[in-house]
Amino acid sequence: MSEVGMGRVVLVTGVAGSLGSETARRLAADAAVDKVVGVDVLPPRGDLGAVRFVRADIRNPVIAKVLAVEDVDTVAHLSVSTSPVTGGRTTGRTSVKEANVIGTMQLLAACQRAPGVRRLVLKSSTAVYGSSPRDPAIFTENTALKSPRGSGHAKDFAEVEGYVRGFSRRRPDIAVTVLRCADILGGQLGTPLEQYLQLSVLPTVLGFDPRLQLLDVEDALEVIHRAVVVDHPGTYNVAADGVLVLSQVLRRLGKLTVAVPSIAVGTVGRALRHTSRLDLNGDFIAFLTHGTAVDTMALRAEFDWTPRWAGAQTLERFAELVGHGPVTADRVRHVEQSLAAVLTSRGW
Amino acid sequence: MADAEVIPLSVPLGTRGRPGRGSRNATPSQAARSLAPAKSGPKSRRPARGPSVAVDPPRPVSAVGQVDPSAPATEQTAPPAAADAGRDRLAAALAFLRRRLTGDYDVDELGFDRELTSTVFMSILRPLATKWFRIEVRGVENIPADGGALLVANHSGTVPVDALMTTVVVHDHARRHLRSLGADLVFALPVVSELARKGGATLACNDDAERMLAAGELVGVWPEGFKGVGKPYSERYKLQRFGRGGFVSAAIRTGVPIVPCSIVGAEEIYPLVGNVPTLARLLGLPYLPVTPFFPWLGPLGLVPLPSKWVIEFGEPIRTDSYPEGGADDPMLVFNLTDQVRETIQQTLYDLLVHRRHIFF
Repeated sequence: MSEVGMGRVVLVTGVAGSLGSETARRLAADAAVDKVVGVDVLPPRGDLGAVRFVRADIRNPVIAKVLAVEDVDTVAHLSVSTSPVTGGRTTGRTSVKEANVIGTMQLLAACQRAPGVRRLVLKSSTAVYGSSPRDPAIFTENTALKSPRGSGHAKDFAEVEGYVRGFSRRRPDIAVTVLRCADILGGQLGTPLEQYLQLSVLPTVLGFDPRLQLLDVEDALEVIHRAVVVDHPGTYNVAADGVLVLSQVLRRLGKLTVAVPSIAVGTVGRALRHTSRLDLNGDFIAFLTHGTAVDTMALRAEFDWTPRWAGAQTLERFAELVGHGPVTADRVRHVEQSLAAVLTSRGW
Repeated sequence: MADAEVIPLSVPLGTRGRPGRGSRNATPSQAARSLAPAKSGPKSRRPARGPSVAVDPPRPVSAVGQVDPSAPATEQTAPPAAADAGRDRLAAALAFLRRRLTGDYDVDELGFDRELTSTVFMSILRPLATKWFRIEVRGVENIPADGGALLVANHSGTVPVDALMTTVVVHDHARRHLRSLGADLVFALPVVSELARKGGATLACNDDAERMLAAGELVGVWPEGFKGVGKPYSERYKLQRFGRGGFVSAAIRTGVPIVPCSIVGAEEIYPLVGNVPTLARLLGLPYLPVTPFFPWLGPLGLVPLPSKWVIEFGEPIRTDSYPEGGADDPMLVFNLTDQVRETIQQTLYDLLVHRRHIFF
């Protein structure tokens, strides 16, 4: 593990997204980092402060020039997107896939040629493990990944990770950190789970109650920052403490739900695409059916750090940001008290 | 009983001549004695539960359905106190409902919902165990009071009711939650999958098994799988192949004892006399049962026959004395698998010889 101070010039991809821009801002504020270069196809929404923004497409070889000109030594690749929403603009699934996969290939090709690059951090997702009834309940980093099927973002992450593994074989001198993050909740990240949780009536898969793990956006930023500033080569699962089941999450948010038989979920998903920005695709339906949970022991041991917010707290913070549904704890308590009063007066 | 094929054997196979099972034989071995809890006094260990759960605290039960008279009675006899108790119970029940409705409960990383299992699932299944099958439990002292242990049982009955009943028996008699390992089909089926995870089951794979055993859980496995549960009635009480011995390597790797468990009575609940393999394949099921009553009587055919059950827990087999890497020695794993299998088979034959009648 090399010491703090080595990461001097950091290139951050995907700074138009809120995770990318916030990471860039935090890195720029860190004294151990001399310069932060932010790259995206769209300008960032807010003010990036000391971050030097370069409007460039990582699918374009121009990125190699950026690496050389800015003398970048650390690359934080955060632009692999989970949603068809990029910088507030809805794009099609095909272009998202291309930005994710081809963009990563181009970026890695540029890194391979850049002698100055010493460290690569990839923000991946626990979606790479998939959701199936045939898998262990808890995935560790050593679990063999199955060949991705379908065409959702899980496949994108799996393919991107495959290219990063190949890159790390060709450039063994570069410390590569892959962070497989659980579903991040921050209020306006536009991830599929965030969009799903903000529907007014939520479809669930009849007869299934998937387990899921959350990660507060603050903790996600913290772990990315730590990986950028200090070498932690390897692949790590990142998730808040505690596993929740979907029904529990929805009840804590006070949401109304409709259980849909699994054969009809696809149809409901297509209908939702017209009324909301949620893309209820095959991966996400599998997630809503079987869920995913991971082991985070490796992260705790290597980073000597634990996410600050537990899963339940993350959910509570999210609820404060986006608001509770109609079935709030107060109302349920009120009904409980009046019911108890009525039943007691009737001589129960 | 008369129709069961009994092969008398003078020396139990695979136990190297030692009496390798239940408490009824000879004196328990050193292994069993060191694992068994102290015999004196009622066990104090109780499953963790919420502060104000609306159920009677579990009372020590000597035999199924018979409450130990020495146990403290929870019901108050004085009328005013009874009214208070009733009100408390109502309040607790409403509080329980409120917590369920607002998601104010915890599940473990495998999705096990302790509160729901103890209060709801067990209350629903208990009458089936005590009233319908009148399960007689033997050798419950062979279940370690705490720490990881692997319970291995025979599987039968067309529908895996035996796994549910074993869970109830272990919960009520040994005061432990049995964490079952199920086939992937269990987790692919709607409703079944949800209930199985909440009831503490997980997929039968080494990752999950070792994770739970290392965490000190009591894990239950039915290594015959569908071969056992879906075998024809004519082959009852003949143990099928015990998988590939994966459960044994999990036990050796975590150093936990293996508790053999023999279940008599489950074979007769749905006598499987036919199978419709073509339709089963179409539906993605391992077999489609035909019993004397199903599908002929429609939903009535789904009522299990009220056979009289005996569940006997045998003497634990220690696995912590093997050298490093024992789990990766296939010969050791095969031998131990055979030893467990023979122990259960011999106990089954023995129990069958002494069984008076299928239903009484």
